[in-house]
Amino acid sequence: MKIAIASGKGGTGKTFVSTNLFWVASQKGIDCVLTDCDAEEPNVAEFLAGEEEQVEEVYQQVPVIDPKKCTFCGKCYEYCSYNAILYLPERRMIQVQPDLCHDCGACSYACQAGAITEHPKLLGRVTHAAYGIGQQLIEGRVEVGIYTPVPVITRAIHEAGNRELVFFDSPPGISCPFIATVDRADYVVLVSEPTPFGLHDLQLSVATVRKLSKPFGVVINRAGLGDDAIYRWLEQESIPLLLEIPFDREIARIYAEGGLPSAVNSSYREMFSRLLTQIIQKRVS
Amino acid sequence: MRQIVIISGKGGTGKTTLSAALAAMGKELTVADCDVDAANLHLLLQPSDESRHPFSTGAKAVIDQQLCTQCGACMDACRFDAIRYQDDRYTISETSCDGCRLCMRICPAGAIHMIESNGSYWTTGTFRNGWMVHARLEPGEENSGKLVNVVREQSRLLSEKKGVDTILIDGPPGTGCSAISALSGADLALLVTEPSRSGFHDLKRVKQLADGFQIPSAVVINKYDLNGKLLDEIEEWCRQENIPLIGKIPFDPAVVEAMLQCRTVVEWAPRSAAAGEIVAIHRQIFQS
Repeated sequence: MKIAIASGKGGTGKTFVSTNLFWVASQKGIDCVLTDCDAEEPNVAEFLAGEEEQVEEVYQQVPVIDPKKCTFCGKCYEYCSYNAILYLPERRMIQVQPDLCHDCGACSYACQAGAITEHPKLLGRVTHAAYGIGQQLIEGRVEVGIYTPVPVITRAIHEAGNRELVFFDSPPGISCPFIATVDRADYVVLVSEPTPFGLHDLQLSVATVRKLSKPFGVVINRAGLGDDAIYRWLEQESIPLLLEIPFDREIARIYAEGGLPSAVNSSYREMFSRLLTQIIQKRVS
Repeated sequence: MRQIVIISGKGGTGKTTLSAALAAMGKELTVADCDVDAANLHLLLQPSDESRHPFSTGAKAVIDQQLCTQCGACMDACRFDAIRYQDDRYTISETSCDGCRLCMRICPAGAIHMIESNGSYWTTGTFRNGWMVHARLEPGEENSGKLVNVVREQSRLLSEKKGVDTILIDGPPGTGCSAISALSGADLALLVTEPSRSGFHDLKRVKQLADGFQIPSAVVINKYDLNGKLLDEIEEWCRQENIPLIGKIPFDPAVVEAMLQCRTVVEWAPRSAAAGEIVAIHRQIFQS
């Protein structure tokens, strides 16, 4: 079963929920893997240390145009849907802007003069680490300055394979990186907080997850800090509230230092254990 | 014109809270909400939206089954693994399609066409201290970086037209296309962090991003009193890296109370500790 832990708003506690869920599952001896899909800002490794086994690099192909062979017909420019080709025929100038390129291959297909060759560009890395008794941590991490993390996320998810439980710690937002992650999950846990920002962004993520036709439930983090508007909305929409995590300054302090509340506090261990059971039951129903 | 971007790498560190408070203290400025995936600034600034403009985030390819001859050329050409052969037919996954149009161009039967994604929009309006540009990405649509570019460009044009010399940009989390679009061409990057392992890790990456664009940075530590150990580490790092640390905002319930009233903390609770610190930050940015 593949479970994505996601949210529209950043900083609601996706990594907090993912790492604790994974830890609880590992303690129970479940065959599981936690995949850090927030490749722009991966944070799982700040909380869970595995034994690094393998690092693979992820590349994309970027076209290079040879101006000596180019006939300046402009067909590649016309075929590019991303404005990645700078084409000034009157100045006999043509150039690919690698940052805008999506590696679709349309320009190579368009070129009849054999002027385009493709060269690999490093996007990021996928790291495998062993954890516990046969469990695994996988991290996708893009290089700083790379426009899209999607190829790195896709590879990380592919590497996670098919274990009994596969957790995806999702990137924030509702755009490509979020969709690339959530679309591969069987069940989505949306993490939010009881504030106007939390509610507004939850509504957007719910709309996105519904478009993808994924079953989902909601975890409210920092309960007690805000108001009850989010609870009324969940009830109105008949969305299951899976868990409320109360705001606790001491727990926030432990977590800030990279500690896992489940590992040091039995009530948190029980809370995440219950959440895990609820999620697994969703597969059965 | 001076463009100041508030950015953090990690989400939830307080970018929007700080942006809104700074906007509420300014006079005659333009505010650009560049977190188009999860735009929240309008909840606190409550702009009057004067005009709304549709925005096409791209297009998705669709196969007309009546015309398809099942040659498979599209599937071979697609580099996004978006085309599947299943139940005796070729179909394109809407979520995997990148909108490159290559399949449409190569289909010998002319069976593929594109459907524009045009549910997103951007808006210009006024708020109590000036002008505001923001946007809404339609759930399920992609290419937020392109929409961020439009918000940036429109806020610049609007400021020129109105003779405004400051643009305040509320940035998105991450380091990818949206963050790059929010950051590029700015004059100052205000990096908001919090004293946690993840906040610190993400701060270092976003600083590297700002450096790549040669944009000077300054750091604000929000909820600074949540963890003393990490606070020390971040302060030490700022000294080593020679980045000005221009403010430390305490964890203050007044911030959440203000948000629940859809107000900025400097307006709702001007005497709170958080508001006092934000006023000092404002002074450092705008009077030096």
